[in-house]
Amino acid sequence: MGHLLRSMALVMAPVMGLASGAASFAAEVSVAVAANFTAPMQKIAQAFEQDTGHKAILAFGSTGNFYAQIRNGAPFQILLAADDETPARIDKEALGVTGSRFTYATGTLVLWSKRPALVDDKGDVLRSGKFDRLAIANPKLAPYGAAALETLTKLGLLQDLQPKFVQGENIAQTYQFVATENAALGFVALSQVFADGRLKEGSAWIVPASMHRPIQQDAVLLHSGKNNPAAAALLSYLRSEKIKTLIRSFGYAL
Amino acid sequence: MNPLLDVDTRNAITLTLQLASLTTLLLLLVATPIAWWLARTTSWWRGPVGAIVALPLVLPPTVLGFYLLVALGPQGPLGQATQALGWGTLSFTFYGLLIGSVIYSLPFAVQPIQHAFEAIGERPMEVAATLRATPLDAFFSVALPLARPGFITAAILSFAHTVGEFGVVLMIGGNIPGKTRVVSTQIYGHVEAMEYTQAHWLAGGMLVFSFVVLLGLSLLNRKTTRVMP
Repeated sequence: MGHLLRSMALVMAPVMGLASGAASFAAEVSVAVAANFTAPMQKIAQAFEQDTGHKAILAFGSTGNFYAQIRNGAPFQILLAADDETPARIDKEALGVTGSRFTYATGTLVLWSKRPALVDDKGDVLRSGKFDRLAIANPKLAPYGAAALETLTKLGLLQDLQPKFVQGENIAQTYQFVATENAALGFVALSQVFADGRLKEGSAWIVPASMHRPIQQDAVLLHSGKNNPAAAALLSYLRSEKIKTLIRSFGYAL
Repeated sequence: MNPLLDVDTRNAITLTLQLASLTTLLLLLVATPIAWWLARTTSWWRGPVGAIVALPLVLPPTVLGFYLLVALGPQGPLGQATQALGWGTLSFTFYGLLIGSVIYSLPFAVQPIQHAFEAIGERPMEVAATLRATPLDAFFSVALPLARPGFITAAILSFAHTVGEFGVVLMIGGNIPGKTRVVSTQIYGHVEAMEYTQAHWLAGGMLVFSFVVLLGLSLLNRKTTRVMP
């Protein structure tokens, strides 16, 4: 039996190699993706493979971590950051390809609770004080955290609510705190609680864009991806109307 | 300026030392009966219980942290219990970290003590019994002193391992300055915020600390084995 399997594998290997080679020089591109963009990027990667034959290998995490890794030679070819500062910095430090930066999505901040009636559509719950803990992403690290801080400052509630803060290292962890109800409510990315144009569960206040500086999420092509056709294809794919519509359906502005 | 002097860092260091000391104390109390039972029982349960105690050695801290987050939350079993007791939920509190640390470092306390008890063997306890010592008396006046090297190793390892704890704290801590932000999460924060100078200082301090602890432990072990016949 083992023999049979092994000889089958020997026969199949070149056939399979041929098949993947035939898909018009299919290539792979490795992409570092900001945690808040996880759900849309998984869909985009699927569509990308179907439409172009290229394959996108995705890693999800915090932008700050990715930056440290990229600086130290991590083999990513594209960074989809959660902010616009990190790609700018990468550009300045000549870690990326000049002129490749663009905004692929503008994030929307949302105050979310898993409980159905806790958050009203004006965010007045913040004044009620009817909760022990308010989860936000670490404002030093995550643009959504910084935006949450700006919003609370504008509402004049920062001083009152600061003692109730619990901080996630990134927006995914912040979501986790609220999703497990360890924090009654929290500021997360709309993309995390929104799918197909509506809220998945719980209650939410979509924070008006006027409450904070826009959360511009920029993409940048890294040096190792310079000559990779799949990387170039993915970057232009992200800017296609089809994908823009998809990105909007996850609650991003564009 | 030396970043070890800023308030945040000092808070994190103090908190880490408090957490590690309390964890060590609790662990010695919890681990001793478990180790004693594991060392002497012939029960079929010895295998499964030993495996459960050793689990934190091999489980990724994120697994432990995630389960703790769920268990400590308002819907989780521990969370329901602490709420019923009027303590609220313990996630994002010092006590939550304490529970997490005790579980996370349990094998580092149980195993050295267990090995020390095993090394004593049955004989001294039997002799004590023939001299009419009650089992409890014999445990405190014979077994505990003989197992001293095991306790020292257990204490040092528990302390050091708690200082080095990261994943569990990250998952259930919430990064609150002075309450749940320990040195290891502080380092992580610095790295993510691209503050590499501060990260280097703290990380270097951690490295030196760990080396000194392990060096001290091995010197101590050599000394005690030389003293013991």
